Amino acid sequence: MAEMFSEVNRNKWNSFFLISIFIVIITFIGLGLGNFWGNIYAGAILAAIFAFFYTLIVFNTGDKMILSMSGAKEAKKQDYPHLYHSVEGLAIAAGIPMPKIYVIEDSALNAFATGKNPEKASITVTTGLLNKLNRQELEGVIAHEMSHIKNYDIRFMMLTAVLVGITVLLSDFFLRSLLYGKGNSNDRGNVNAIFIIVGLVLAILAPIIVELIKLAISRKREYMADASGAILTRYPEGLASALEKIKSDPDPLVDHANKATAHLFISNPFSRKNMSKLWSTHPPIDERIKRLRAM
Amino acid sequence: MVNSLLIGLIVLGVLVLWVILIFNSLVRLRYKVKNAWSQIDVQLKRRYDLIPNLIETVKGYMKHEREVLTEITNARANLVSGSLKDRAKASNQITDALKSVFAVAENYPKLQASENFKMLQEELAGTENKISYSRQYYNDIVMNYNTKIHVFPSNMAAGIMGFKEEEFFKTEEKEKEPVKVKF
Repeated sequence: MAEMFSEVNRNKWNSFFLISIFIVIITFIGLGLGNFWGNIYAGAILAAIFAFFYTLIVFNTGDKMILSMSGAKEAKKQDYPHLYHSVEGLAIAAGIPMPKIYVIEDSALNAFATGKNPEKASITVTTGLLNKLNRQELEGVIAHEMSHIKNYDIRFMMLTAVLVGITVLLSDFFLRSLLYGKGNSNDRGNVNAIFIIVGLVLAILAPIIVELIKLAISRKREYMADASGAILTRYPEGLASALEKIKSDPDPLVDHANKATAHLFISNPFSRKNMSKLWSTHPPIDERIKRLRAM
Repeated sequence: MVNSLLIGLIVLGVLVLWVILIFNSLVRLRYKVKNAWSQIDVQLKRRYDLIPNLIETVKGYMKHEREVLTEITNARANLVSGSLKDRAKASNQITDALKSVFAVAENYPKLQASENFKMLQEELAGTENKISYSRQYYNDIVMNYNTKIHVFPSNMAAGIMGFKEEEFFKTEEKEKEPVKVKF
């Protein structure tokens, strides 16, 4: 129990840290852009204000963005009674409010959870998952997602998913205007030059840093969620056998996932082969099954 | 003189703060226990409400197995009131009785094909699951609470402030297996 709490705190702190870094990076990019447009401070201030409100919006509606990006539709109880019961049961077991349930119409086997906190969370599964898994296996997957919710993994993962996209976009924009813009930095001092260099370095590094953060965190997170999910169902074999089915299913979820949201899913939505261990957002599925069976 | 007085005050302050913290965390846990119990209650009530529907649906088909239905009805009557132990026992009885109803139902293909029966079966299986999950959560929380009351140093504060151990929601040995409901 105590470990769970520290996991929650770490995620809250990481989320705060990520937002701060994001605001700093965007401010520097604004600084650089302002320099080309003639007013360096206006650029920085405008960028900071933009970054602040943008993160505020992302924090509150990021889950909706992710859900609509994935083509997820809210599931009604009468259409998916046994999914409903499984989610309700595991929410009770985890001691958190009942999350909303969404479904993606796709034959691939996958699932993810998102939201800013357990009170405003949602679980999404593909129809393929519902059709091909039995009740124990489905509960295993739901329990895994429930642990992500309880841990506040969902907050941090949602923020990385949405902030990654915009950082890449903005730094690209900045680099372009640096290359093709008509700068008037000659009549400004060395101070500006330093700002520009810092801005430039940040603009290049930002997407890489965010990408690396995403990679480093999500693999450990999956193991954690597997383990705490197994504690919820008291039946590790359910998830283990679900992962086995997911592994042997040849159908990737490319239509409904993209690079920014890939790390949210229970298993990598892109090809499971030819993926080097270092650059994979997910731990090898065999290793996960092995750990679950050893519990 | 002034110094030792100051040190004394600081020690006293820290002590008071510590007692307040322990007290609050115990109160919080006790509320969690209460809330966890009410979760079980909600699910038990849900099942209680579903049983008459089930009997109504099944009775027309099962002419020869009246005693199975009587068993359920009797167990259901015991569920409403009584101590935690009595209710846990009644709840286990219902689980068993439901198992035999669904086992017997397999001999009646027409009943199995009925939409109403299928829906009830799903509803009851779901509720049965939720009962065991809410019981699991309740027991987890009770364990946390009881542990907190008994471990040093919070046990000193708990003893003085009159926090008492809570009872677990026990299951009978034979009831540990999940209900087998075929789909």
